Amino acid sequence: MAQAVARPPGTARRRAEDRRGGSRGRGSRRLPYLLIAPAGLLMLGFIAYPMLSVFYYSLRHYNVTKPWRDGFAGLDNFTTLLTDDPLFWDSLAFSAKWVVVEVGLQLAFGLALALIVNQTFVGRAFARALVFSPWAVSGVLTTTIWMLLYNPATGVSRYLADAGIGEYGTSVLSDTGTVFWAAVLAELWRGVPFFAILILADLQSVPRDLYEAAAVDGAGRLRQFVHITLPHLRDAIILSTLLRAVWEFNNVDLLYTLTGGGPAGRTTTLPLYVANTGIHGHDFGYASALTTVAFVILLFCSILYLRLSKFGGDNR
Amino acid sequence: MSTAPTALAAPPHARGAATAPPARRGRARRRRPYDEVPRWQIWVPLGLYLLFTLIPFYWMLLFALRPAGSTSLVPWPMTFEHFDKVWTERSFATFFQNSMLVGAATLVMTTGVALAGGYALARFDFRIKKVFLLGLLCSQFIPGALMLVPLFEIFRSLQMINSLGSVVIAETVFQLPLSLILISTFIKNVPYALEEAAWVDGCGRFRAFCAVVLPLLRPGLIAVGSFAFVHSWNHFLFALMFLSEQDKQTIPVGLNTLIGADSVDLGALAAGGVIAAVPVVIVFAFIQRWLITGFSAGAVKG
Repeated sequence: MAQAVARPPGTARRRAEDRRGGSRGRGSRRLPYLLIAPAGLLMLGFIAYPMLSVFYYSLRHYNVTKPWRDGFAGLDNFTTLLTDDPLFWDSLAFSAKWVVVEVGLQLAFGLALALIVNQTFVGRAFARALVFSPWAVSGVLTTTIWMLLYNPATGVSRYLADAGIGEYGTSVLSDTGTVFWAAVLAELWRGVPFFAILILADLQSVPRDLYEAAAVDGAGRLRQFVHITLPHLRDAIILSTLLRAVWEFNNVDLLYTLTGGGPAGRTTTLPLYVANTGIHGHDFGYASALTTVAFVILLFCSILYLRLSKFGGDNR
Repeated sequence: MSTAPTALAAPPHARGAATAPPARRGRARRRRPYDEVPRWQIWVPLGLYLLFTLIPFYWMLLFALRPAGSTSLVPWPMTFEHFDKVWTERSFATFFQNSMLVGAATLVMTTGVALAGGYALARFDFRIKKVFLLGLLCSQFIPGALMLVPLFEIFRSLQMINSLGSVVIAETVFQLPLSLILISTFIKNVPYALEEAAWVDGCGRFRAFCAVVLPLLRPGLIAVGSFAFVHSWNHFLFALMFLSEQDKQTIPVGLNTLIGADSVDLGALAAGGVIAAVPVVIVFAFIQRWLITGFSAGAVKG
């Protein structure tokens, strides 16, 4: 009976075809180009051009502190990176761990939260506003807040110790064993609302009839969730996890300010490593090679993920 | 299998259905199944999650409002000394003004540019459209943090380092792909026939757009505008890199200075955090009811 609850066939596609006639009428030939020009020029000038210059620098030696070495380098930077740079592999491994743990936990909590606030109960609008509020909080502000919580002298650990739990002076951010989870928790705090909002938005479009039909056929809440809700949310989940994974990979605000990549390089992601190499180390050539590699890895993983998850597939 | 529409008209929380026995099968058929969730299964996890969300906010307020050296868990006696200090001594007044300027300019630029481009994407088929959309997609994979060096060189050659304009441009550019897609989806949801009807009545394309489409885009424009504002208010690296003079810096950079200070003044840090949070909290409270509907308009699915 689970088959009966598939989505109604693609009305969206039909509408898109109706619209295709759209360019007739009084559109002059040049109008679309004029309209797209500001956006196009801005993105060419400030995204495409810098990106190309990164590719270019990646093939050169370019270090402000060693100007005598500047010049064409061929693939030198890349061979160093792949064969002779343990920091690159460490930061890549940490990035992968960070992204998988963060996105996984954020999705799990976000999904649960969305299902809860999708119920009907008194004070729902207020509860939604409260649980979604960290969505608008920045990385630096998250660091601010969690440094107050984690601070060993007057943070939460002190009051826990007063109550007999743990020890005084516990500093989770300078202990290599706890720093990862401390950072994960802070990022989780502000990351969950993103998933909760997107999934809640998609939950609104599940046709109510499906649940009623399933209930009539005797499906319990768990089976309704597995056979109706999850298949319906599929594309939204795939897309939001991908967007979030790329975002978590690239975002440096929180780790840069909370741990600075430390202690002892334990929380250095690839972008943080690049920032350190390029900005503090002034080795733009090598930083550009790292950037290029990061870009390729991201693109490759994203395509692989969309392929494996069969995005937009079967039930469309 | 479709049920009578009257079933949906029933008051949604009329039943605390936890006790619904199987004997009442006839009614269960008419009720929305999700209303059968026992109340405690909502309130216990929700309550726990609310604690996780709100304690950090409370903690910041506590540190910002209680006197230095106090270890009380309630902000009483209340003091505003930390706010005073941060606002004047640590120049948060200037940072606040700069952040506001950057946020407002980014909002206007992003919305304007995305509105024009989004209209073209929604209403026309043109040759470079596919390439353009592919470019939008690819730009999502470019680590913004890794573009700092080339962007810095561009702004230096334009002599825009230490000018707020550089930050406005950088924020706008990185906000554009998402904004373009959002706005074009919203425009697609406005039937083209409405515009055509206005043309028949003698409006030009521009007047028809202003009179017919623009009013219907309000939720979309609010979403895009507030994303742009919140994003630029929050973003840290561009301002850190492009603005080195202190009287040009923005709130996140100011916060970072407080975090990195040799002996961190926790009261001042918390007060700075509260100042940074106020505008986004106001914007959030204003837009949050549009947030869900805005996304369910299919915006995310593109």
